[in-house]
Amino acid sequence: MSFRDTILQNVRNNQPSSRELPAIPKFHSEQPVDLKKQFTAALKELYGEVVTEPPADFEEFLRKRYPDAKTICSAVPEYAGNRVPQDFTRWSDASIIDVTIVRSPLGVAETGSVLLSEEEFRVNTIGFLAHDIVILLDPAEIVENLHDAYGHPHFLDKAYSLLMSGPSGSADIGGITVHPAQGVMTLTVIFWPRAQNETTRIV
Amino acid sequence: MLSRSALGSPITQLTSHFRRPREGTEMHIILVDNGRSSRLGMEKFWPSLKCIRCAACMNTCPVYRRSGGLSYGSTYMGPIGIIMMPTFDIRRYSELPFSSTLNGSCTNVCPVKINIHEQIYAWREVMEEKHQINLVKKSAMIVAGKVLSNPTLYRMAGDTMEASLKVLPRFAIYSQLNAWGRHRDIPQPAKETFHDWYKKHRSQATGQETNP
Repeated sequence: MSFRDTILQNVRNNQPSSRELPAIPKFHSEQPVDLKKQFTAALKELYGEVVTEPPADFEEFLRKRYPDAKTICSAVPEYAGNRVPQDFTRWSDASIIDVTIVRSPLGVAETGSVLLSEEEFRVNTIGFLAHDIVILLDPAEIVENLHDAYGHPHFLDKAYSLLMSGPSGSADIGGITVHPAQGVMTLTVIFWPRAQNETTRIV
Repeated sequence: MLSRSALGSPITQLTSHFRRPREGTEMHIILVDNGRSSRLGMEKFWPSLKCIRCAACMNTCPVYRRSGGLSYGSTYMGPIGIIMMPTFDIRRYSELPFSSTLNGSCTNVCPVKINIHEQIYAWREVMEEKHQINLVKKSAMIVAGKVLSNPTLYRMAGDTMEASLKVLPRFAIYSQLNAWGRHRDIPQPAKETFHDWYKKHRSQATGQETNP
């Protein structure tokens, strides 16, 4: 028997007796919740930033915010940029990207997280190797908490799905979050409703 | 859950979910057993496998907070280390279950609800059953048990110790028997015990403060 079979057989033999799963309580707030406000506050805690309206001139907005950015990779129809994710089929090449622009299908107010997968990224590394990331999010697609979020079909359908919550950081050093760690330096979410002709996902 | 119990932040920055390999590639899952599948069969001790490594039990533990991680001499330290390490090597880690006050704070904060302090106690029983406690410790425990369960005896022992510390020469205090004193000074004895102070300052009948 291989080690693999030995381990798995051991696990089967040693299973503790099963018991009924508990009922899952409702975790929603009883008071009406301002999801946009809560999302913004939660993301701020993780050093991410929210822009509440789509900028009138997006080009200008990017130039002001990232004056040194040369390579802008856009995975959204709202803005062309000068590169598309498909340019980075060799995954490590994405490290030359200054700013990545992508749309998230879901925001979580409780944690300030946005959901992303290979469908949005197309090439996953554009979300990690870029210097900065801008994420478009339809405020109508914000849910209250993580329990709601895990109802999203991405978690079943996609090979890789990610809850991204603020710029990269590591908390292993003296209980303090150190920025940046191993991903983007800044993360900006823009509340930007989807265009009419785009299908809106129902959670 | 990890981040909330470890750092107190709402979520980790990147929370990844891998369901299958990315198209055209393979995904490998490596199983590392190291005695865990056998621990699964231990009726009392399998719940320690639920640990998500957040370290909340360590951060709340009065023993860990004063002694630090290295003092456990093991890979996993703190309360969770106490109940995990003996499953790897019962002889080597036979003393770990005794570095606890059994106050239950670890169990109280554990986000995956491992009954840590109950398991620590159960491990002590195992060590006794399997004769893993050495004779010196065992006899010391028996004496300590007698002294601590009898207030008069306890106070007498305290007074004797205090009085002797004041008069004994240094070489007698820092003898071979004093393992603590091998590397550091023992603390200065207090001028009076709390018990003495309490008798002096509070009247027995009302518990009210009286003027000395």
